[in-house]
Amino acid sequence: MMENGKNSAGFSSPRTDTFPAGLRVLVVDDDPTWLKILEKMLKKCSYEVTTCGLAREALYLLRERKDGFDIVISDVNMPDMDGFKLLEHVGLEMDLPVIMMSVDGETSRVMKGVQHGACDYLLKPIRMKELRNIWQHVLRKKMQEARDIGNHELDQYDEVWMLNGAEILSGKKRKDFENKHDEKEMSDSRCVDSSSMKKARVIWTIELHQKFVKAVNQIGFDKVGPKKILDLMGVPWLTRENVASHLQKYRLYLTRLQKEDEVKGSFCGMKHPDVSCKETSSSLSLQNPVDVCTDVTKDKHGGVSEDKAIVHNGKVKGVVSMPTAEPRSVVEDNFDSQTAGSKIGLNDSFGLINTDVKSATVPTPYCSTGEAPQLQYKQDFQPHFQSENGLSHQPLPVLSHQIPVDRTPATRILNHVPSREERDKHPNTEPKPSFFKSKSEGAGKFSPVESTVNLFQPVSHHQQTNFHTLEQMPSTTWSATSHNVVNVPQSSARNLTLGSGSIVASLGGDMCGASIQGECFPANNGLWNIEQFDYNDPHPISGVPTCLYDTLRFDYEYPIDSLDGIVMDQGLFIV
Amino acid sequence: MEVVQLQRSFVECMASLFREGLLDAQFSQLQQLQDDSNPDFVVEVVSLFFEDSERLLNDLTMALDQPNVDFKQVDAHVHQLKGSSSSVGAQRVKNCCVLFRNCCEEQNTEACLQCLQQIKQEHLLVKNKLQTLFELEQQIVAAGGAIPMVQ
Repeated sequence: MMENGKNSAGFSSPRTDTFPAGLRVLVVDDDPTWLKILEKMLKKCSYEVTTCGLAREALYLLRERKDGFDIVISDVNMPDMDGFKLLEHVGLEMDLPVIMMSVDGETSRVMKGVQHGACDYLLKPIRMKELRNIWQHVLRKKMQEARDIGNHELDQYDEVWMLNGAEILSGKKRKDFENKHDEKEMSDSRCVDSSSMKKARVIWTIELHQKFVKAVNQIGFDKVGPKKILDLMGVPWLTRENVASHLQKYRLYLTRLQKEDEVKGSFCGMKHPDVSCKETSSSLSLQNPVDVCTDVTKDKHGGVSEDKAIVHNGKVKGVVSMPTAEPRSVVEDNFDSQTAGSKIGLNDSFGLINTDVKSATVPTPYCSTGEAPQLQYKQDFQPHFQSENGLSHQPLPVLSHQIPVDRTPATRILNHVPSREERDKHPNTEPKPSFFKSKSEGAGKFSPVESTVNLFQPVSHHQQTNFHTLEQMPSTTWSATSHNVVNVPQSSARNLTLGSGSIVASLGGDMCGASIQGECFPANNGLWNIEQFDYNDPHPISGVPTCLYDTLRFDYEYPIDSLDGIVMDQGLFIV
Repeated sequence: MEVVQLQRSFVECMASLFREGLLDAQFSQLQQLQDDSNPDFVVEVVSLFFEDSERLLNDLTMALDQPNVDFKQVDAHVHQLKGSSSSVGAQRVKNCCVLFRNCCEEQNTEACLQCLQQIKQEHLLVKNKLQTLFELEQQIVAAGGAIPMVQ
């Protein structure tokens, strides 16, 4: 029975300010008696309750009403699906907190629950007070997300939640909460006045981002700091906080790239923490005459060193295009011999590719997240943008095909630079480095080759529905679900993306590249021209979906997905 | 008079249910959940329980009646019954389920059959007593009396 209050759209109305009242709970239990009791108990807590007798029904509801629920409570034993499986699905697809219940309190079961991602495990018979406290899980998760994404993406409701939730915790705690999030630009909305929740957001346009990247590179990635960057950027209206949070996202993004690289390193499937990827990265990007960092020792061998996966016949099919930042990122050298001399198009969307940055995480166009919450990755993906590798090790999971870049649907790949031929074949997918280049003519370093796949959206419909501000970008090109992308194993793809730590750097509306989510792919040409970020050669960025930066909570996974996609294209990655 | 007697019987019935361990604190929780918006909540929940548990008991009987007993299946049923009985606070039934599960683990059909017997008895006992309780309640209300608060 649906007990949710519905607004005209048929969806539950967002949480009210009388936190935690109105918390939207989905209860799943095959026992009709318990379902009735739980419903009653939750209603007594002033929550909005929806009940389900079957796990499949629950999944259906969750998918249908994205962002329609705040938390899921599910029994462990159900006839149609194991409760743990449901737990995994919810965590991956919807990224909602899930509480498990059972009459069985055996430690091994409880442990299993926790391992599968449950945020709590309640023993039946369940007491009212246990249910009264479930809002804390929701709040906690939101706080984590805010931290991860620098709080850019929180929509006003989330902010209300966080603030009100924080208030409830304690007055003092709220101060701490506020202080803690100072850097994250929470200050603007810190006032509990929810009417002023929406804070003015800095739109990180491509130009602005390029200035940022330039500044970062000038200072030296290792020595970078918000104040220094701000000073160099010379943008009067920008605050230190703005820069700080952008930097954080950037770092996350790079780290993620790095991780993905490492992961993809082996092409064999993810677990190769071999960042120095030689293999894939080199293979990937060589097509583009990106200026590869001078450091790059071209290993002409390219190849995939151990990872092998790199597809293709020697050509760099997918180039992990690193924006040729000036400091040429360390594109490593493993470039394929063919590409010898070719510039590695590292999309240094963040301008990161510096010579200084050796193992820098290749900035994926989509995310300027700072320290990528790698934790989210189930697999150890390294951002493949490893400057060293040059081409980035594509996120592992998918390495199955050698498809030339153009073929890969949407793999957004930041690192993926279609080979010239591919490009020829698919004019549409010209490897344009960086997104910002709308006219991709260049090797699309990160051009999502077919850009049909929304690499960052493993599941298009599941996409972070909870990212309120996420702009679904014209992701026509990118919105393909992950399956388009590649044989990324759904679960792995999910793992990645659904991680809660979406790094997504919400860099601002215009920044397409930054969006980790990949949603930002310029729909127009579907190319991720990460190279756009090459501030040495700024290109007008056209058609960069503003949503790139808006994607808030890109799960970590997104980039991974895209990477996967990239990989696939290049056939470098073996799923 | 009559109402008073009814009320006394009601109180006594309720007290014995708890005293004899047929019901536990969970039942009290259910009573507390009942309110004006849901005046028959307890009765509804208990009815649901008995419907569901009877079905489970039938399934159990059939499962144990097989030439080759599928103990995993039997265990699954018992587990469900355990969960159900815990929902209304049918303590003795729940405890029997615990024992029953041990027998399943040992794959001892004979012992399982005995457990089943026992569960059925306990189940019937609590069911009858609760029925009496609800009838008394109805009679009290019909006679214009108030339901006494027990505990």
